Amino acid sequence: MPVSSSPRTLFDKIWADHVVDRLEDGTCILYIDRHLVHEVTSPQAFEGLRMAGRRLRRPDATVAVVDHNVPTSDRSQPIEEPESRLQIETLEKNVAEFGVPYFPLRSASQGIVHVVGPEQGISLPGMTIVCGDSHTSTHGALGALAFGIGTSEVEHVMATQTLLQKPAKNMRVSVEGKVGPGVTAKDIMLAIIGKIGTAGGTGHVIEFAGSAIRDLDMAGRMTLCNMSIEGGAKAGLIAPDETTFAYVKGRPFAPKGEAFEQACAYWRTLASDEGAHFDTEVTLKAEDIVPSVTWGNSPQDVLPIDGVVPSPSDFKDPAQAAQVQRALDYMGLTAGQKIAGTPVDVVFIGSCTNSRLEDLRAAAEVVRGRHVAKNVRAMIVPGSGLVKVAAEAEGLDKIFLDAGFEWREAGCSMCLGMNPDRLTPGQRCASTSNRNFEGRQGPGGRTHLCSPSMAAAAAVTGTLCDVRELMKETV
Amino acid sequence: MEKFTELTAIAAPMPNENIDTDQIIPARFLKTIQRTGLGKNAFAAQRYDDNGNENPDFVLNKEPYRHAEILITYDNLGCGSSREHAPWALLDFGIRCVIAPSFADIFFNNCFKNGILPIRLPREICDELMGDARQGANSRLTVDLEKQIIIRPDGNVVPFEVDPFRRHMLLEGLDDIGQTLAHDAEISSFEHQASRAWVPSISMGTAK
Ligand code: SF4
Repeated sequence: MPVSSSPRTLFDKIWADHVVDRLEDGTCILYIDRHLVHEVTSPQAFEGLRMAGRRLRRPDATVAVVDHNVPTSDRSQPIEEPESRLQIETLEKNVAEFGVPYFPLRSASQGIVHVVGPEQGISLPGMTIVCGDSHTSTHGALGALAFGIGTSEVEHVMATQTLLQKPAKNMRVSVEGKVGPGVTAKDIMLAIIGKIGTAGGTGHVIEFAGSAIRDLDMAGRMTLCNMSIEGGAKAGLIAPDETTFAYVKGRPFAPKGEAFEQACAYWRTLASDEGAHFDTEVTLKAEDIVPSVTWGNSPQDVLPIDGVVPSPSDFKDPAQAAQVQRALDYMGLTAGQKIAGTPVDVVFIGSCTNSRLEDLRAAAEVVRGRHVAKNVRAMIVPGSGLVKVAAEAEGLDKIFLDAGFEWREAGCSMCLGMNPDRLTPGQRCASTSNRNFEGRQGPGGRTHLCSPSMAAAAAVTGTLCDVRELMKETV
Repeated sequence: MEKFTELTAIAAPMPNENIDTDQIIPARFLKTIQRTGLGKNAFAAQRYDDNGNENPDFVLNKEPYRHAEILITYDNLGCGSSREHAPWALLDFGIRCVIAPSFADIFFNNCFKNGILPIRLPREICDELMGDARQGANSRLTVDLEKQIIIRPDGNVVPFEVDPFRRHMLLEGLDDIGQTLAHDAEISSFEHQASRAWVPSISMGTAK
């Protein structure tokens, strides 16, 4: 093939290895290796299959979980909200009928789809992975092409194990150098989104590169890729390396023995070639990145923790100025005020962005020996049952419970408030999730996105604050 | 899927950037297991007050925009989640065409799959169309997909681009699954390539 002689990107290679056929106008039939399914975006797709009398082509490449709707409190009781219960029961009926492997609500391995996939070795490097959920980009941390799709496409994958797609453009975001203390993958990603904007990645797949990225553990890489969609990108990718292979090895559904070695040999060929073409290049210096929070209702509304809230008059475009004003009103903030010191009512540590064991350890580090501030409700929602068990084995639950945190069961929880975990109107929340949209965590709720350690710092001080100050006190 | 050929209808102005899918349909309405019935909750947070009464200032609560079938916005329409409930809600409300300078990818794609035509036009042109849409009873645009033009209320014509494959599917009201299944043999031979031997099959017996 002529294309293979010119240098190619990681994305180009995964893409080329999954093209089944190319239609006249350049649209490709792209083969899908893994299809992850959850209760919210699948019922209409299963129904579509049933109505058309179509089979599910590859149940053995499909996995289902329940996460969005599930209660994160006591699970011995039936689910209270009738509509949530119906969605979960519908999924259970569908997976039984179509023979889909499923992690049930009360299984120890249940959790958020984007935590469970990598954790179980279901998501692997070099794969194409889709799910009816925009944060499917998370799995790109393994060096897989992973992206979110709508329900019509969910049905398309179910019926054909393929998608009709055109190649995306290549974007490389390089972060060089070493981050300072208290600066996490979340801060790196917020800095990137602050720089490129929420539409900066539109039409692109982002490859994250540079020494600061290679230094990240897999949890950090997942945080980064998870929020690629918040930068508008179709997907985020990181070249698989020894960190990746060590993570994958021994996971329940990963290849074993000889097959694992063969897979590794292939995965090693996937890194972008020297001189490969990127349509867009962005570079950040790790040293410039500081612990950050968002102030407004778009993930690009990022502020360093020592920053001040912007004013509508900073913006020339009247539509933008109006939007800033609207965000200030919604968030109950004043132009020019320091963001640090803003009191919070709720702290949410969880979501597919930041609910892995490493995230909980980082939060516990800050919480250890301290107590949740008066009038603050602070909750920890592990990303999966296995994360919860592993954290308990290290005694993290005890640190959190002693400090006055709630220690809950795995699920999406207050990331989007489809279950009972919701903000009430006007409540302000330091959240490790990924979206600060109006009403995202509950109607009228006010979200400030930040890292787990920053959220922990907000919990114990009762205000948005610089975690580095608390770290000084500990040393 | 309903065909899209030509549409003459009221266009509603929503001069905002980054109208996200949580605004188009808030998460609490995603509990349905059907595609229909979401129209009454489209833009719920802005459309209704806390008691469920209509907010008279919201554009889609005003005449003639209650009957809008075209929506005009600014950049990055449909950013956020992949929920197809967003186009379902728009469609159920009656929207068949959305016009903006840029769209979030998944939303853009989801529109086509539901017979909604998303049109990307430069910001200056969106500004002009926004002006047209603000003219109340005079805000009627004609969108002709066959000819790939929009006819403005003053009779001026704005051409637009659309992917030929997607245009064809919309004009004919086709479902792509049927089309792809015609390639079943190629899909099967792809699946059985030796180079794919490392890809494990999943069954709950494999691991736990
Ligand atoms: S945790 Fe939040 S962002 Fe992640 S899958 Fe669940 S709802 Fe979506």
